[in-house]
Amino acid sequence: MHEVSKRYGARWALVRLSLTVRRGAAVLLTGHNGSGKTTLLRILATAVRPSSGQVQVLGVDPTRDPDPVRAQVGLLSHAHYVYEDLSGLENMVVLTRLLGEPATAAAAAMERLGLDPRDDRPVRTYSAGMRRRLALARLFLKQPAVALLDEPFVELDPTGVSELEARIRELRAAGTTLVLATHHIEQGLLLCTDRLHLDQGRSIAA
Amino acid sequence: MRRPGLLASTWVLFRKDLLLEWRSRARVNALVFFSLATLLLFSFALGPDTALLRRGAGGYLWLALLLSSVLALGESFRVERENSSLEGLRLVPVDTRAIFLAKGIANAVLLAALGVLLVPVLVALLDVRIVLPWARLLTIVGLGCLAIAAPGTLYGAIASHARARDVLLPLLLFPILIPALVAAAKGTALVFEGDPMGQLPSWIALLGGFDVVYWGLGVVLFPRVIEE
Amino acid sequence: MDATMRRGLEIAAVVAIACIFAYAAWVGLVWAPPDREMGDVQRIMYAHVPMVQMMLLAGTINFVASILYLFRASWKTDALAEASAELALVFGAIGTTLGSIWGRPTWGVYWAWDPRLTTVAILLVAYAGYMALRRFVDDPERRAVWAAVTAIIIAVDVPIIYFSVKWWKSLHQVQSNPRTVDPQMVHALRWNISAFFLVFIAFLVARYRIALAARMRETTVPEASPSARQVVVS
Repeated sequence: MHEVSKRYGARWALVRLSLTVRRGAAVLLTGHNGSGKTTLLRILATAVRPSSGQVQVLGVDPTRDPDPVRAQVGLLSHAHYVYEDLSGLENMVVLTRLLGEPATAAAAAMERLGLDPRDDRPVRTYSAGMRRRLALARLFLKQPAVALLDEPFVELDPTGVSELEARIRELRAAGTTLVLATHHIEQGLLLCTDRLHLDQGRSIAA
Repeated sequence: MRRPGLLASTWVLFRKDLLLEWRSRARVNALVFFSLATLLLFSFALGPDTALLRRGAGGYLWLALLLSSVLALGESFRVERENSSLEGLRLVPVDTRAIFLAKGIANAVLLAALGVLLVPVLVALLDVRIVLPWARLLTIVGLGCLAIAAPGTLYGAIASHARARDVLLPLLLFPILIPALVAAAKGTALVFEGDPMGQLPSWIALLGGFDVVYWGLGVVLFPRVIEE
Repeated sequence: MDATMRRGLEIAAVVAIACIFAYAAWVGLVWAPPDREMGDVQRIMYAHVPMVQMMLLAGTINFVASILYLFRASWKTDALAEASAELALVFGAIGTTLGSIWGRPTWGVYWAWDPRLTTVAILLVAYAGYMALRRFVDDPERRAVWAAVTAIIIAVDVPIIYFSVKWWKSLHQVQSNPRTVDPQMVHALRWNISAFFLVFIAFLVARYRIALAARMRETTVPEASPSARQVVVS
């Protein structure tokens, strides 16, 4: 991405940021609250368009044609993208149907993240950690070529964290490009090869 | 795996929307009672003159539906906003036209069900008689609800992401729905009172035309509305 | 052209428009004869007709600018859409008020459910919603797209509203044909339409500049910090 800026209302979340991530790299994104980590991930995931500047993801300009990028990019966001009134499995089945995957993949993905697909309670009754696991199950179901993780470790119990670390290593082994934004710098450094520090929407160290 | 096409995605999302409505049926029930209360209020506002009430029955039905539609549309986008699910769908990726079609049809179905439920109440409460065949009434209810749902879904998506969304949605929606309201209310009144002049087909044609124009516009414009 | 010269030309244009407007007002209020049946009340028409026409012109500009914006996003067309919508609201509101002041002694009522009148009234409410939408959305890009979508929805509705109201209740008042009225009245009306058109253009240009300046202020990217540089992660 080149000279990318993003404004929310009167506030600039990113200011003329330029960044290139090679395929298969793993980048740790650090910075204070409000430094622009989430915005950077959301632009890469095509959730928002940059206010100015150019972006290329996997060789495609997502502002022109976002769908090919979206098909290969997975974003774990603060919002979990799930419906509160559906059960975990129902949420996953909507996703498998939209992806054209068999319905069995939904249950398998849930089990891999320690969720019980037979649990028919609505997501409304889930704990924060269970929601986070469900959001991760959504992400891994898609098997993205680029995984963008925004604070993946929060809300997880210690077993959840170590399981997630194992899953992320599997992704890395499969050649997935990883961008990980977190305040848990030690854990992040174990998983990543590079580090980018953001301050007030500007990069200050690589 | 092959990804589903426009119609298949619409079907998946439509079933999801109906399931959501079914799961939150407490809220749907509240909607039913809201529309019933509206009908009652019209009667009390106008006094106990049965002949007068009967003549206005077509209008009351559609005003009750219109007022309920704002709540239903707001609700249908609240569940999408709650965990940014709409953004989640966009990133799957899903054909955004399918999101519009599914949401629009689900809203139309909900409103039409509400309309069908309100008709017997009108019959009982206002002593309305259904003079013309039932099928005519169902056609008007169906077309009228489709007419509310298409611009309603478009504006619902806009308003749900703006400030003051509860005020904004009716402010945007009501003025442009006036022709549909006129046609649906007049058509319904003709079903209740007989149609000696043969005006019903032109009102149905007007509603149909409105539907074609706004469903077409919705499919074209909705993708632009929900991209950020 | 340097700034002083441009400023001078602008002032000259404003003075010229003011003179033409004053002359047109004199033609309408003094020079033209009173109507045989309606008397002096008819003179309201010299302001009412041009204002409603300017409202329709503003609405058309708004529609075209909105379509252009959706095809090719540009702050200029967005600013033009905002300016024209606001003018449609102002001219339409004053024009309609004048019409109903005229209607009271002429028709005996302030308001009649005439198709043209009703369509204009509905449009005014719709544009009020449009302006509210612009106020309630902070992000300039989303505001522009949503406003354009809303403008198209409103514009497409105009013929449907007109026909529905016409069928609903057609309360006469055929448009006056210029040939059946006094040539002096036609002359007065033409002068006033031209004068209001010039005022409209002046307002549009001024409002457009304000809107564009506001958009530029919202969207100018601040300078990067000195340490910013290309970061490559391998």
